[in-house]
Amino acid sequence: MTTVPTPEDGAAPEASGAGAAPAEDPRAGMATATTVPVTPMVEALEVHKSYGRVEVLKGITLKVMPGEVMCLIGPSGSGKSTFLRCINHLEKINAGRLSVDGALVGYRERGDRLHELREREVAGQRTEIGMVFQRFNLFPHMTALENITEAPIRVKREPKDAARAHARELLEKVGLGDRAGAYPNQLSGGQQQRVAIARALAMQPKLMLFDEPTSALDPELVGDVLAVMRQLADDGMTMIVVTHEMGFAREVGDAVVFMDGGVVVESGDPREVLTDPRHERTRSFLSKVL
Amino acid sequence: MSEQVSAQTTSAEGEHRARPETIRAVPVRHPGRWVAAAVIAVLLAMLVHNLATNTRWQGWIINQYLFTSQVLHGLLATLWLTVIAMVIGVFGGVILAVMRLSENPVVSASAWVYIWFFRGTPVLVQLIFWYNVAALFPTISIGVPFGPAFHTWSTTTLVTTFAASILGLGLNEAAYMSEIVRAGILSVDEGQSEAASALGMRRLLIMRRIVLPQAMRVIIPPTGNETISMLKTTSLVSVIASFDLLVSVQRIYNANYKVIPLLVVASIWYLVVTSVLTVGQYYVERHYARGSMRGLPPTPPQKFREFFVRHIGITHAAPVIPERDTGGAGS
Ligand SMILES: Nc1ncnc2c1ncn2[C@@H]1O[C@H](COP(=O)(O)OP(=O)(O)O)[C@@H](O)[C@H]1O
Ligand SMILES: [Mg+2]
Repeated sequence: MTTVPTPEDGAAPEASGAGAAPAEDPRAGMATATTVPVTPMVEALEVHKSYGRVEVLKGITLKVMPGEVMCLIGPSGSGKSTFLRCINHLEKINAGRLSVDGALVGYRERGDRLHELREREVAGQRTEIGMVFQRFNLFPHMTALENITEAPIRVKREPKDAARAHARELLEKVGLGDRAGAYPNQLSGGQQQRVAIARALAMQPKLMLFDEPTSALDPELVGDVLAVMRQLADDGMTMIVVTHEMGFAREVGDAVVFMDGGVVVESGDPREVLTDPRHERTRSFLSKVL
Repeated sequence: MSEQVSAQTTSAEGEHRARPETIRAVPVRHPGRWVAAAVIAVLLAMLVHNLATNTRWQGWIINQYLFTSQVLHGLLATLWLTVIAMVIGVFGGVILAVMRLSENPVVSASAWVYIWFFRGTPVLVQLIFWYNVAALFPTISIGVPFGPAFHTWSTTTLVTTFAASILGLGLNEAAYMSEIVRAGILSVDEGQSEAASALGMRRLLIMRRIVLPQAMRVIIPPTGNETISMLKTTSLVSVIASFDLLVSVQRIYNANYKVIPLLVVASIWYLVVTSVLTVGQYYVERHYARGSMRGLPPTPPQKFREFFVRHIGITHAAPVIPERDTGGAGS
């Protein structure tokens, strides 16, 4: 399976893209010769997942390096959301290996056996992985500010004042500095999604997962959310983004992975995969969404 | 076509134009309401007149007994029973509901059996059971199971009639409340727990901070029902004890045979308490509705003011719906 060269500096995807070798040669793109081997932020090896008898993921293997933005595309039902949910252990995988920043997700390896982690330990792993949902899932009984401060205060035990100050900064960053006191249903979809991104960022995650963050938005609101995500990518955040926004994938993505029927059909540099796909299934999918 | 174009120019340059006059329309008339109000007013007047003049009501007796210490003591006992039984019911109900939704099969099965038993047997039987529990277990001890006891109490001193009443009513209520709470929990979108888990929150924290506060909107109306129903169910304790409101008035009318007036006395008190509870429920509901509507519905005092503004033309009244937020929705 292919991996993609890592831009050491997420702020310069263009430069790294230009210097990148064809996707078959994973290590060729590591321009900096002196670096010690970097631990991948996400590493999936032959990940399988079934619901009852139905196998939804049939051996997913991929790698995301720190600072990289990977866009996951594919038809509905191909298992994109399921894979994303496996990464923060909202779903348990049935076979294969899945690790985040070098640590197995949801398990500990002792000898040759896997031990399930306790609830507290799984929760601890999740604090380092932010997730943004298609339908925002803001807490409707809390204001925008309270949505953002809830987990830092209750989970990380940050002092309230510090958490609030940080939350205000984040709201400012997503362009909603003046809406701190608004309840979610007083906000537009685009504003809600930006609050949801700020809420995830408040935990200072090292990895952000986005599950079709703009699919539930009116077209004119998509741009604001994508702009925030683009800024995040420029700041060097490692991101996995399930999206149908091919423009975003092309411009921001360091790699694009096309999934269909629970397998990775094709992956590589977005400009190559999106403009000149090698597989017929990719081609027919792209012809439908572009 | 040309009209559309001119409309566009207006909106583009409209900044300099004067804002159109605020609409002051004549409100729709509702003659039916006035007729209904008149009919009801007449009926009320007839009732009051009858109460005042019909000697068979023995209205003076009602006045005389409404505030006697016997009746007031009964009222107090009834209130205490209701409050404590409902507190046990609500807390027990939440615990049972969370247990029933637990992934641990032993835990969820025990909750199921509890609910099955306490809902399936009459409260009256449960009350009598707790009253007679001393016959079954003369002593109660704390200690190692099957081993030595650290301390032993005589059951009759622990389970007084009041305690038996509380146990009977409270444990039974917990079974009913647990189903109400469970329905509330299930009404909350799963995405909520998912988002909270993704933030690293743990199950009990999610339940307490995210799920239950949202479930409250579904839980409160039937809980209000249960409380009002409990107020009257407390009179069942008359089979084992003699301190509640109904027993107090019974004792009085057994002596003087003024049955109807004394039952009216009791009913007046039940109605007063129910009214207070209803008002309380209204404000608790408003509290938990925050964030769920774009604006909260006005309180009755606010509605009252609005009525006067609309119909009588007092215009200096405060705005009816308070603004909670500076910006408009979806600016
Ligand atoms: N909880 C579940 N139980 C059973 N099947 C599921 C569940 N969640 C998802 N699936 C199935 O798994 C497949 C992949 O779903 P999903 O990961 O949501 O796809 P995608 O996000 O690519 O549209 C679908 O066929 C879906 O019906
Ligand atoms: Mg999906």
